[in-house]
Amino acid sequence: MGIELRNISKTFGEYKAIDDISLNIASGELIALLGPSGCGKTTLLRIIAGLELADSGKIILESKDTTNLPPREKNVGFVFQHYALFRRLNVFDNVAFGLKVLPFRERPSRSEIRDRVEHLLKMVQMDWATKRYPSQLSGGQRQRVALARALAVNPKVLLLDEPFSALDAKVRQELRRWLRKLHDEIHVTSIFVTHDQEEALELADKIVVINKGRIEQQGSPQEVYDHPANAFVYNFLGNVNVFHGRIKNGKVSLGNHHLDAPDELKNIEEKPSQTFVRPHEIGISRLRSSETDLTGTIREIRLHGGQIGLNIECEGLDAPIEAEIPRELFVNLQLAKEVQVFVTINRVRVFTGDYEI
Amino acid sequence: MPIIQKAKSKPPVAKKRVSDPISIQILLIGLTLLFFIGFVFVPLGLIFSQAFQKGWSFYLDAISEPYAIEAVKLTLLTVAIVVPVNAVFGVAAAWAITKFNFKGKTALKSLLDLPFAVSPVIAGLIFVLLVGSRTPFGSWLGELGIKIIFSTPGIVIATIFVTFPFIARELIPLMEAQGRDEEEAALTLGAKGWQIFGKITLPNIRWGLLYGMILCGARSIGEFGAVSVVSGHIRGQTNTIPLHVEILYSEYNFTASFAVASLLVFLALLTVIVKSGMEKHFQKNSFHL
Repeated sequence: MGIELRNISKTFGEYKAIDDISLNIASGELIALLGPSGCGKTTLLRIIAGLELADSGKIILESKDTTNLPPREKNVGFVFQHYALFRRLNVFDNVAFGLKVLPFRERPSRSEIRDRVEHLLKMVQMDWATKRYPSQLSGGQRQRVALARALAVNPKVLLLDEPFSALDAKVRQELRRWLRKLHDEIHVTSIFVTHDQEEALELADKIVVINKGRIEQQGSPQEVYDHPANAFVYNFLGNVNVFHGRIKNGKVSLGNHHLDAPDELKNIEEKPSQTFVRPHEIGISRLRSSETDLTGTIREIRLHGGQIGLNIECEGLDAPIEAEIPRELFVNLQLAKEVQVFVTINRVRVFTGDYEI
Repeated sequence: MPIIQKAKSKPPVAKKRVSDPISIQILLIGLTLLFFIGFVFVPLGLIFSQAFQKGWSFYLDAISEPYAIEAVKLTLLTVAIVVPVNAVFGVAAAWAITKFNFKGKTALKSLLDLPFAVSPVIAGLIFVLLVGSRTPFGSWLGELGIKIIFSTPGIVIATIFVTFPFIARELIPLMEAQGRDEEEAALTLGAKGWQIFGKITLPNIRWGLLYGMILCGARSIGEFGAVSVVSGHIRGQTNTIPLHVEILYSEYNFTASFAVASLLVFLALLTVIVKSGMEKHFQKNSFHL
């Protein structure tokens, strides 16, 4: 067993940052704590590291209760959002810091320290910069040094607090893939905090979605994305069209239109409902293909890399629909602004009013 | 390529356009110069011309007579005690204010300015009222053989009070800007409190700290009001340089008075030189900030 969190709670004054969270993380896993800002994910990470004390609950690290240990005895590596490199120390001394502050009896010899630091810097591809100071490095380079520094003390668990959010898009993606590769090599149990669903989906073995200090859902990226447990998770993982309506006698209302309700909701007599449709699960055509198609007019066209985003005003719906289609289809259909199209909704998720966003 | 060349030739033109008209520049520079001449250069010149009015030998006699030497010694002793003490206080206060959250933090931060806001004379009087020989605490200390008012400890205490904001004031913005990240990183890497302070915090603030210490030292040398109240003006015992200057002056011994005053000017100039040297170093190393 890697890390076990039991009923962790934490309040700041009136504000409940963590509300009774329990979580099991297997050894060697790479976990994403995903949630909107202010949801408590960073606080949870800081509690595991000992930088923050939980009001109640237990933290068990490799079957040892570390709840009340000071941070330096927890044996965790922490990577900060803004790197937190020691500005007065060069790259080598930054990485060596954790080894140099060990008590004399545990401290490795000078040459052992040098070997270890050089090995780590090679691993993070920063061995060319040992004499540089943090201010002479780019953001991505600093974060790699910070990672080497955290790994130097052989932590049982590596905690990363929004490690890539201060970097620009291109570097972020590069570093993300590189971190995944690194984790596959060294297998240290890792938890990283992010508000970026794409990052979580791409990087993690397991995603824990957090909202308002509580866990909404946990599972593999595939599971969480394809079978969101509730409206919040569905909404948070990627773009989505939301339609507020009612579910009645096996039919869901979508403006003036009615769709068949999913099987598990067929028996509901009548309830307010929220219908979710992902933009890429919407079909667009110039010819009506079925009775349930909506008629709409394209109002806006946006370029999303290989995809084209369409803003379509549909008859009988109060809000426009966002659709995403491949560029090829867009060209083939000869679409343009103010063109009339037929909209097929391929897949919907319906949540009854029990859930709140 | 042509675009880059064009851009290269542009800046001077753009610079001219954004700056103020030449007449205003001349006016402002002129005013500043005039002020400096009237309030700094001329008075400084006068001090030296007065000091040397009766020639070199009189000047040397004035600054080497026993009372003057005692005054210099006492002043240097005061500085030697006050600056380290305030360095410790200042670092502790700045640390507490920037790295911890506690109730009354804002109040403490504004109270730090109190010694600047209150007149030094009042500061001196407070200590006379607190530990003077007529107060219970003062007489109790007197029975133990400890004399504070009209002796060196009183001068040191009054000077500490007047100068303690300098270092904390210098450090607080610096430490606020640096945040707690590095200390937290050191903590997770297993460092103990004293290791974090010695290896991370102190190196990060050392230039600000030195800068504050210089200001604090300069003010300690020149402090008059508070020291004047607690010292009792005993020649050769409780006179600092500024007090000695004042005594000589009130005895119409102008030339000697200005001669000793010139020592203060030298110390002040030295401070300014050291300070500007440090500022240069500060700028050179500012990429570490």
